[in-house]
Amino acid sequence: MFISAGDDVPSFKGFTLIMPAVSVGNVGQLAVDLLISTLNMPRVGYFHTDCLIPMVGNNPYATSTEDAAQLSTSAEVYSHNDLKLAVLQIRTPIIQTKVRSFRKLIVSWIKSSGFLRSVLLSSSHAYQRDDQQLHGTPLRYLLSPSLQKEEGQRVEELGWREMERISMFPGISDSEQRLYIPGGGVTKALYTDCCTEDIPMAVLLIFCSEGDNIPDAFALINHLNDWFHLLEKPTQGSVQWRVPPSWRLLFGSGIPPLLF
Amino acid sequence: MATFFGEVLSVYSRAVEEDEEDDMTNENEEDEQIRREIEEKRSVDVRWLSQTDGGSLPCSDLIIAVGPNATGFVSAYVLSSGGWPAVGWVSLWNERSRGSGRTDTAPAPGEPSCVLYRQKQVLICQCSCYVAEDQLFQWTEKVFGCVQARGLSVTVLSDCSAAEYKTSDYLSGSSTPFLRCLKTSVHTGPVACPPLEPPNISCGLAAAVLSHCQVQRIPAVLYQCFSDVLQPDSLTMQAYGAAVSEILKLNQSPGAEVLQKFTRVSEVQSNLYT
Repeated sequence: MFISAGDDVPSFKGFTLIMPAVSVGNVGQLAVDLLISTLNMPRVGYFHTDCLIPMVGNNPYATSTEDAAQLSTSAEVYSHNDLKLAVLQIRTPIIQTKVRSFRKLIVSWIKSSGFLRSVLLSSSHAYQRDDQQLHGTPLRYLLSPSLQKEEGQRVEELGWREMERISMFPGISDSEQRLYIPGGGVTKALYTDCCTEDIPMAVLLIFCSEGDNIPDAFALINHLNDWFHLLEKPTQGSVQWRVPPSWRLLFGSGIPPLLF
Repeated sequence: MATFFGEVLSVYSRAVEEDEEDDMTNENEEDEQIRREIEEKRSVDVRWLSQTDGGSLPCSDLIIAVGPNATGFVSAYVLSSGGWPAVGWVSLWNERSRGSGRTDTAPAPGEPSCVLYRQKQVLICQCSCYVAEDQLFQWTEKVFGCVQARGLSVTVLSDCSAAEYKTSDYLSGSSTPFLRCLKTSVHTGPVACPPLEPPNISCGLAAAVLSHCQVQRIPAVLYQCFSDVLQPDSLTMQAYGAAVSEILKLNQSPGAEVLQKFTRVSEVQSNLYT
């Protein structure tokens, strides 16, 4: 459940919620890191639940030594009042037996907080792309019916590609079409939940493989920025995102000097 | 996954529910009952050795020791001096700690367990058994449910391998063991060592306790000791001394006999050359 970090409970009425799905390459989580770090968003609360594996560390977005020793937990909520933006960062996997209760928790929190819309940043296994998906951009989107009504037009103008439904039995032309997001974690189930609960939700995802997924994270967050214009895009080049200091040492510690 | 150096490592995917068939939507009544029974079996409970009135225990300090070195330190430097009666234990069952699931009998000495000791206002929880990921949250809820939160201060001692410590400088053997700490926002007192530098993190029981304290606004500090010795050793145990010297009167020089009991560096039968 959501627990406020300060004395008063923040209001998210009319806010846009952006959250990651714990998925292949952790792309959603990395993209959310970029957003929090670049917009310098303050933490307003924790998402304290038994559905996530516990983890603690010092401030991953520290800019100076003063704010370096601030404790961070497995799921936290950051907010930006001027942009009417709330971001939920999830830092650990969901406990396998509690995936369903986690989804319920998220759905009920979205409903009770009064978010205007929610965006789920996710990824899917690149090697599972079928023939029609292999062409062109690796980025896809999905809109729940209630968001389709409001934003469908705008997304179409952006020239985005919707996630293709694939047939249950490839090769048989009239077989049933279904949504298939391998490696997407809770993505499909959470999206389906939001559709049935009539929650305005968008899913933005990228096809990728495990490895150095930093370029994928940039691609996904730039894609999101094309829609929401959270950061002004310079006329030349792309948005300057601030990489958080916690991304250091992604490939391990320093090399022993005696090697050379 | 391909790494920086090009070798391919097999990694498990953090995106759970890989197989969509595994979705629990088509669950029948029997499945649900089995699930409930498993959940019941894995429940965590605090058991008291003496009759208590059922209310929460007043105490000023709660010290939780997790891992072989931290529990060894508590045994050798604190409990060995006497005057620390065991007051209760935490019973839990999982695949790796089957014995500690008994709800009626206290764990035998030497058995992996979670035992609570008390002296005046200080409560020590020595946790040498494995607590599964899905039990961590419940463990903290249950243990903290027994302790009065008002005026409480928590200290967690935990172990970690130096191989897991990430630093841009090369870590030489002479610098280990060393302590790093994490503290909750409401903890204002001094700490005995430098803070843990990102991207290093702490997981497991220590992380569960600290997360609970952070959201409940309980002053807490976690001391993580990084050691490059696989077995518990006296040097690593000593490192914790600085962390708790303010709270506890330590047995400064436990005899070799006492230390040997908790280190058992290389058991004879495990030595290939004898």
